[in-house]
Amino acid sequence: MSAMQRKKRTEAFLLGNEAVAEGALLAGCTFFAGYPITPSTEIMEVMARRLPHVENGVFLQMEDEIASAGAIIGASLAGRKAMTATSGPGFSLMQEQIGYACMTETPLVIVNVMRGGSSTGLPTSPGQGDVQQARWGAHGDHPIIVFSASDVRECLEMAITAFNYAEKYRTPVILLLDEITAHTREKIEIPRPGEFEVLSRLLPTMPPEWYKPYEETVRGVPPMPPIGTGYRFHVTGLTHDPLGFPTSRPDEVKAVTERMFRKIDRFFHDIQIVDHDLTEDCDTLVIAYGSVARSARLAVRQAREAGVKAGLLSLKTLFPFPRPQVEKLLRTCKLVLVPEMNMGQISREVKRVNSGITTIRTLNRVDGQIITPSQILKEIA
Amino acid sequence: MAEVTQLIHQYLRHNKKFPLVFCPGCGIGIVLGSLVRSVHALDIPKDDMVVVAGIGCSGRIAAYVDFNTVHATHGRALTLATGIKMASPHLRVLTVMGDGDALSIGGNHLIHAARRNIGVTALVVNNFIYGMTGGQCSPTTPFGSYTHTSPQGQMEKSFDVVEMARAAGANGVYRGSVFHAKALDGLVQRAMSRPGFNLVEVMTPCFTQYGRGNRFRSPVEMFQWLKDTMTPREVYEKLEDKTGKLPMGVFVEHDEPGLEQRHAAMRQALADKGGAGS
Ligand SMILES: Cc1ncc(C[n+]2csc(CCOP(=O)(O)OP(=O)(O)O)c2C)c(N)n1
Ligand code: SF4
Ligand SMILES: [Mg+2]
Repeated sequence: MSAMQRKKRTEAFLLGNEAVAEGALLAGCTFFAGYPITPSTEIMEVMARRLPHVENGVFLQMEDEIASAGAIIGASLAGRKAMTATSGPGFSLMQEQIGYACMTETPLVIVNVMRGGSSTGLPTSPGQGDVQQARWGAHGDHPIIVFSASDVRECLEMAITAFNYAEKYRTPVILLLDEITAHTREKIEIPRPGEFEVLSRLLPTMPPEWYKPYEETVRGVPPMPPIGTGYRFHVTGLTHDPLGFPTSRPDEVKAVTERMFRKIDRFFHDIQIVDHDLTEDCDTLVIAYGSVARSARLAVRQAREAGVKAGLLSLKTLFPFPRPQVEKLLRTCKLVLVPEMNMGQISREVKRVNSGITTIRTLNRVDGQIITPSQILKEIA
Repeated sequence: MAEVTQLIHQYLRHNKKFPLVFCPGCGIGIVLGSLVRSVHALDIPKDDMVVVAGIGCSGRIAAYVDFNTVHATHGRALTLATGIKMASPHLRVLTVMGDGDALSIGGNHLIHAARRNIGVTALVVNNFIYGMTGGQCSPTTPFGSYTHTSPQGQMEKSFDVVEMARAAGANGVYRGSVFHAKALDGLVQRAMSRPGFNLVEVMTPCFTQYGRGNRFRSPVEMFQWLKDTMTPREVYEKLEDKTGKLPMGVFVEHDEPGLEQRHAAMRQALADKGGAGS
């Protein structure tokens, strides 16, 4: 599409997957590497068509998902905003590389369009079984940000947000969709450049000889120059000192690990994004994310019509888990329902926050089918 | 000698904690030296030089040299190198991988890097063994050799890196040895100055984990073995009896453009057409 058309076009009829690609391009993504897998492939195909038209845009189909993750890490180290997209089996393969990106504090966006089931599972059906994997899939203690989206507009918005947060906090960001959201086609507004925030990583301002790639800073997020701009330093997945060199000195190991957690912890209020729907006066709460949040939106309205004071807290940020927002509502609600297309992955987090405050009920669907509004309604009204 | 030392110091990091992690008698230091001499000879600015290393003893080279250095995950150096080169084609990207790193866990990436002809120089440091993990057999451990995981002698055949890289489509394929350091410098420089994917297999002794278990009495004996075994390709091909000999030198040289050059040409062609199409 030419620059002219782009400026004029404000509405588009897009799949969730296409909206993710659109959002990524708006956020400044110029590098995509991936490996085909249902139900994420449209993201890759849009990037293959579009990136050659973007200045210095690079699209690569790699030999597998490990290579895809490796290529975007390399591109990010070279200063690019880079993304890959996959589904469960590919996401499992990427985990070591994701851990490496956490350890080296390399900004990345990884989209996982969740299918049903474990292993090859249900490639064309929805599921939400990768939620805890997104948080803890890579070995070792590490902080990470996990977002979700429930409709096509949110796919675009959260793709932009994912890039912004990856850059702002020097971290991989996982964007979890489910097959329904990814394959729903809706008309949405495409924002124009300038109508939304675009953030880029902090660059060093000091001369190269003063630069320390993993220095303690007030924000906990050290600046990051692109490779080849005069700041020569060492990047390693080994636990490293502030200069980036391997260390096993207990004080240095402790310091770098704690800083990595702190850089995310300190900004919980910024990172934990939720949507409130009729929660001001509710005594019956639904906590949901992804396509289930969409069903819940309708169910909560129907419950209100039936005289139940129902509300919905829909989670856009899954991790760091939005504890304060959840806890506040647990205190005022007599019943909380957590419907999910898994055996109970976010409900674990809700129960952990709850510790006896109120009644938590779960609704788990694992037959590859959508959770319908009436299913939710039955539980709350 | 003093000159050589001076040159090396010009390229070593002063803020890195020394000494080197390598065992006495290890050949990896010579690979490091060859890399530094080659960068110097080719007059590549330090800022343009990127070394991406895998995991293993050989991968530790990266931390010592004063370039942009990346110590990747085991087997994946070429995947990061591909991302860096495609993102910033003006950089000179070189990977250092062990035999296990490049051919076992990273074997798939190696053949695809060669097939795509990405503009990266790959040094494969072949010591016939998993050095860092303490002496287990690798895909290049010779048939019958003893390692901790082949106590009855290796039952499997070994890879020929040169033939594999050739078959996968590498632009340049070379083999050298750390005993023949001057010749090695020549090969590394040649590999680094050409377009596309160029691979240099470097034969190097690991006395600690391989030699001791296979009837070598000292690192010196292993260097002697390299001296007796490694034969210039031209000489090797004329030998009637090739037993106990391995050819070294230049094996493949094509002049196809690197992947990053093909992408640049494709983008230019699109821009010339007015960047249309969606
Ligand atoms: C995914 C993964 N598996 C295993 C290891 C353990 N490991 C570290 S180095 C190495 C092998 C090293 O052998 P080679 O690549 O030949 O390098 P060398 O030490 O001989 O130079 C292994 C298996 C690892 N770091 N990561
Ligand atoms: S174990 Fe072998 S390869 Fe590793 S440093 Fe020692 S001699 Fe070199
Ligand atoms: Mg080895």
